[in-house]
Amino acid sequence: MYTRRRCFGALNSGGFLPTLLLLVIVSVGATRPAHALPAFARKYGLRCSACHESWPMLNYFGQKFKDNGYQLMNDRDAPIWQNPSYWPVTFRITPYWHRVSTGKVSVDTYSGGSVTGTAVQRITSTGFDLSGLDFHTGGTLEKNISFYVLPSSDSTATFHFETVMARFDNLFGTPWLNVKAGKFELDNLLSEKRILTLTANGGVYQLYHFIPVGDNNIFGQIGDNQLGLEVMGHSANDRTRYTAALLSSSDGNVGLVTGANSYTGFFTASQAFDTGKWGVQRVGGYAMVGEAATYYLTTAGVPIPGSGIGNKNFHREGFVGQFYFGPHFDVQVVTQHGWDNAWFGQGYGNAVNPSNGTPGATTPQSSLPNNTPGMVLPAGSKAPTWNGVLVEPHYVYSPQLIFIGRFETIRMSQQATPGTPSNLGNITTYTLGCRYNPFMTSRAGMALHSEYNWLHQDGTGPTSGPVLVNINTSELLFGLDFDF
Amino acid sequence: MRTKFLPSSLLISIVAVLLSPASLAQVTEYQQEQWLNSPAATSHIGNLTGRAKVAGNPVSGDYRRYCLVCHGELGDGNGESAPWLDPKPRDFTLAIFKCRSTPTGTLPTDEDLFDTIARGLDRSNMPPWNTFTRQERADLVAWIKHFSPRWQTEKPGTPIQIPPEPEVTPERVKAGEDVFNRVQCWKCHGVEGKANGPSASTLQDDLGRPILAYNFAEGGRFKCGTTDADLYRIFMTGLDGTPMPSFADNLKPDEAWDLVFYLRTLQPFPSKAKEIAKQLGLKPVNPNATGP
Repeated sequence: MYTRRRCFGALNSGGFLPTLLLLVIVSVGATRPAHALPAFARKYGLRCSACHESWPMLNYFGQKFKDNGYQLMNDRDAPIWQNPSYWPVTFRITPYWHRVSTGKVSVDTYSGGSVTGTAVQRITSTGFDLSGLDFHTGGTLEKNISFYVLPSSDSTATFHFETVMARFDNLFGTPWLNVKAGKFELDNLLSEKRILTLTANGGVYQLYHFIPVGDNNIFGQIGDNQLGLEVMGHSANDRTRYTAALLSSSDGNVGLVTGANSYTGFFTASQAFDTGKWGVQRVGGYAMVGEAATYYLTTAGVPIPGSGIGNKNFHREGFVGQFYFGPHFDVQVVTQHGWDNAWFGQGYGNAVNPSNGTPGATTPQSSLPNNTPGMVLPAGSKAPTWNGVLVEPHYVYSPQLIFIGRFETIRMSQQATPGTPSNLGNITTYTLGCRYNPFMTSRAGMALHSEYNWLHQDGTGPTSGPVLVNINTSELLFGLDFDF
Repeated sequence: MRTKFLPSSLLISIVAVLLSPASLAQVTEYQQEQWLNSPAATSHIGNLTGRAKVAGNPVSGDYRRYCLVCHGELGDGNGESAPWLDPKPRDFTLAIFKCRSTPTGTLPTDEDLFDTIARGLDRSNMPPWNTFTRQERADLVAWIKHFSPRWQTEKPGTPIQIPPEPEVTPERVKAGEDVFNRVQCWKCHGVEGKANGPSASTLQDDLGRPILAYNFAEGGRFKCGTTDADLYRIFMTGLDGTPMPSFADNLKPDEAWDLVFYLRTLQPFPSKAKEIAKQLGLKPVNPNATGP
């Protein structure tokens, strides 16, 4: 018998596949925008697996392709070499079923049709649902000039621009100098935009968005796409990489609402090592150092957008490691040490409340803390500080089948307000998932996705006394994640 | 001009295939399964050994993930994307490779294939796969070698000797122009190196598919390297499977270096040769003056 074909076709034979399909087909979901372009695959005739460890997560070659400005560097990258009808556009959406269970929700109690008080109970809901829709378009405008535009909608088709950027690649003929401007994802080696999980809490990296309880600094979220300019460089084989970005402290919100007068820097550097049969290992670090306004001029007590002054500083820094143990198993690690100025810890910062891009915020702007002249911090206020770690192992059975695990924990090391329980806001979360791509071509992509996430946070439940009420939330999700 | 010959072993294989009652694909598949277990399905790059099979299991993961879509499961260049690609993916079953350090008509060394994978082939769909570990590349070389019967019966050629690069001088640049005329490079590459010679539009590869001559004036990378030594090697070994012949029988080493220096003057990059050509007022040759 032809054993090699058996090896190649393992996923298409035997009883394993039907069992797996049955398991997976009932699962899956997608709720976050992510970058993955069959448009690139169609342009170059490569399968998803060439650039993705498992779609949408990039592998090393895909990272190099991205770092080269979405170019293979084969002198056939410019649009002039494409069929004139080629347009690099891809959409992605995910219908799914999920079960969400949230513990300790404060609910009203009734008697005789009237509210008599409140109680705490778990709320569980199940049903079919839909993710937002992403339209990805990206590629080259000319050799060594690339672009990416991503209009992204929520599930009600309300669009915003998740990414809009243009990039000059290989300036002066060297890969060490590339410059892009616009709104873009920060250079997180473990990309949240290419995350392999899709639940509400598991579909993001908590570490990338952590804000201490009571803190109002939304500007240090390294997982959000940001507005600014980035200088990036890498060696020809991408073993060595660096980025330095200058960002508006706006958390990616347009209109100079919050970030009119403040900027943030984001820096990364990493080095990869050839370790033979183990694969290519990469270690690196990142740092975000910035400042943001805490005082907004007011009219009738309401902060005036774009008038922010009284900048206070913050920083995040950490280690990133991508460790491969042969062709099937890898572990991604990210750590973070975070620090916010005490003013942020006391709720100052986002006084104009663009609500981090999330529509429907209800907090009246006039009630948000504003560092107006003469304002002083409560006695004993300290800079909130925390540490976190994220560990994400993958077992890649084949490019078509990947199993995902994740453990994240974030621990406060210093609270802003004296007397605050030291563990308030601590987060621990586990995620398990599986993605199976029933086909793998250079034309389109689909993953049957199943996932379970459990998240625990200390003290964020409704309080009813001196004892912290912790919240446990879990979600089970099965979906069809597809793009074309 | 390059003299081409078909190895007798290959002829025998072809005849055997044609006479076989089974289909070509079936025979090839069966044979490849056998060749996977042969000593030829290994590679040796320095102190590195690549294997197509480890502990009884084919090392097919990287080929399947990255290469199969173009080169096909059987390595015959008939991957699912092949119909849309130009130039077409390499047919590994023929074991004919452009980039070699070995004489025309011979098999390349393992290092040649190893380097080609990392370098890619400019102006084709083959990107530089320099993200692999060296071990992964060595394994891929071994994997590629199990596709063709030639590796079972032939040894790679002996790499050509490239003498040390001499100092570029006005005399050498001028002599290089004479070589360019004499061996009629301009017929395909054009008098100014713009790939517009009188034969350019008629060029075909060995499988009868149209192929373009290299355009020196565009300044793209050569397919098989970027250095002067690479350029020397390219025209002394020829690009097998294409109309670009080996000039090993036509040029002495000194003449070959002269030609290298002259060819550099046709490229848009600053170089000492180009500077000398400017000082000499070197003009493109007139093909009518030199004759076809």
